[in-house]
Amino acid sequence: MSLFGWSGDTRQVRAESVRTEWLTTLVCTLMILLLVFAGGVEADDGLRGSGDLALVVERANGSLQVVETTGNSSLTRIEGLGDLSHASAVFSRDQRYAFVFGRDGGLSKVDLLEGTVVARVIQSGNSIGGAISQDGRLVAVSNYDPGGVKVFSTDDLALVADIPAEFGTGQRSKVIGLVDAPGRRFVFSLWDAGEIWLADFSKGDEPSISKFRDIGRNPYDALITPDGRHYIAGLFGEDGLALLDLWHPERGVRRILPGYGKGEAKLPVYKMPHLEGWAVAGNLAFVPAVGRNEVLVIDTGTWLEAGRIPVHGQPVFVMARPDGRQIWVNFAFPKNDTIQVIDAEGLAISKTLKPGKGVLHMEFEPRGEEIWVSVRDLDELHVYDTGSFERLATLPAQKPSGIFMTARAARIGL
Amino acid sequence: MKWLAQVIFSLLLSGLASAGQPLPERQAELRYLLEQDCGSCHGLTLKGGLGPALTPAALAGKPPEFLQYTILYGRLGTAMPPWRGILNEDESRWLAERLLAGEMQP
Repeated sequence: MSLFGWSGDTRQVRAESVRTEWLTTLVCTLMILLLVFAGGVEADDGLRGSGDLALVVERANGSLQVVETTGNSSLTRIEGLGDLSHASAVFSRDQRYAFVFGRDGGLSKVDLLEGTVVARVIQSGNSIGGAISQDGRLVAVSNYDPGGVKVFSTDDLALVADIPAEFGTGQRSKVIGLVDAPGRRFVFSLWDAGEIWLADFSKGDEPSISKFRDIGRNPYDALITPDGRHYIAGLFGEDGLALLDLWHPERGVRRILPGYGKGEAKLPVYKMPHLEGWAVAGNLAFVPAVGRNEVLVIDTGTWLEAGRIPVHGQPVFVMARPDGRQIWVNFAFPKNDTIQVIDAEGLAISKTLKPGKGVLHMEFEPRGEEIWVSVRDLDELHVYDTGSFERLATLPAQKPSGIFMTARAARIGL
Repeated sequence: MKWLAQVIFSLLLSGLASAGQPLPERQAELRYLLEQDCGSCHGLTLKGGLGPALTPAALAGKPPEFLQYTILYGRLGTAMPPWRGILNEDESRWLAERLLAGEMQP
């Protein structure tokens, strides 16, 4: 369905008599008003921008919903994207196209305005995420099977480079934590090998690869700071994180917060936590502790622990509101019915919300006044005011998971 | 001594194996749990992710007790957590048998 052509459900109300004509007029006027305000889809000239759009992954059905965040409404649904469990998306720099990474190795280029899939390749057997290069010309996918990274042209999804994650004697590692970095580089981590690789495409489409070994056991995800300087991989196999300064890769990777669990037994981890660039608020980074009901606070000046905040369960996403004042946290199964909000100044919980079972993801609107939340088991999207915590909108969605706003297009590492 | 260990092990397994069926309502919950929560590592279609595939082909030759034991107690040194406390013996056994039979594929 074309959004340009989208005009809603314009039913005609037939007047049965002159006496009911005024009623007809009233109804029609109300419907038009409703369409204008509820839809907010297009201007009078049939054009619209894409800066207030978002993609919502409906993971069970392999579909995406295109929503808009000005009127908080759904615009269209795009189908036929395969297995979208753990799917994510990055955006073209013009914010019109999304590149969607499916679990089944599918890489799809989606036109948000037309609501169509414009290109699609099955590039591996099993993939986990991806990134778009600084110049917007390359899209990279991290694969579990066969383990490695493949890089494609954003024009037509033609293969540009294939980087098998080989280590040891002919083994291949699952790749996680793939992000873009300034200088047309991609950075990623090898789950099985405990390595961080830096793929530099600054000289052309043949990358030069730097490998950092022994960075720690089982890196599970990674983030790059919003300024694009520091790459941080979280470790599942041991307590600690691995830090690479991309201004000085020659200095190597160093361990930060080593042994934060102090040797105490971990809780069982039923859902792997996530790391993303917006864990950083001011000079603090907020990251999930693995197997512990805590959020760890790191001073980004010294890279030392600046505190830890006890929370409701094991954190999955820890996200700073764009102004850095609040940190929103959701939790792993079986405590995934709850969101907690941390006051970044007092480093304490300031609000607990119970949206419903299966809170899988949250995404702030670009300036942070509202947040979108996917509530899987209710088949709902919730929009909350981040000041009053009031729920402003509820939209139906089929087993929603990731929510991705087009404003990501302009941010390093997203 | 090896025979003794084997006897103890099989006694242990037979203890685990004396399974009752979960009630139909609970079966529906277990299917949902498998798809959504096991699915976050093994894939919604069970074709694998951070965790290995759980398709009948991938599990071929593995005894149900082994799968049941893995579900209940997890696997040390991997990301597989113990589900004991969330799933009981009957439920984990039921899941293991359904997986082997390929009845859990969406």
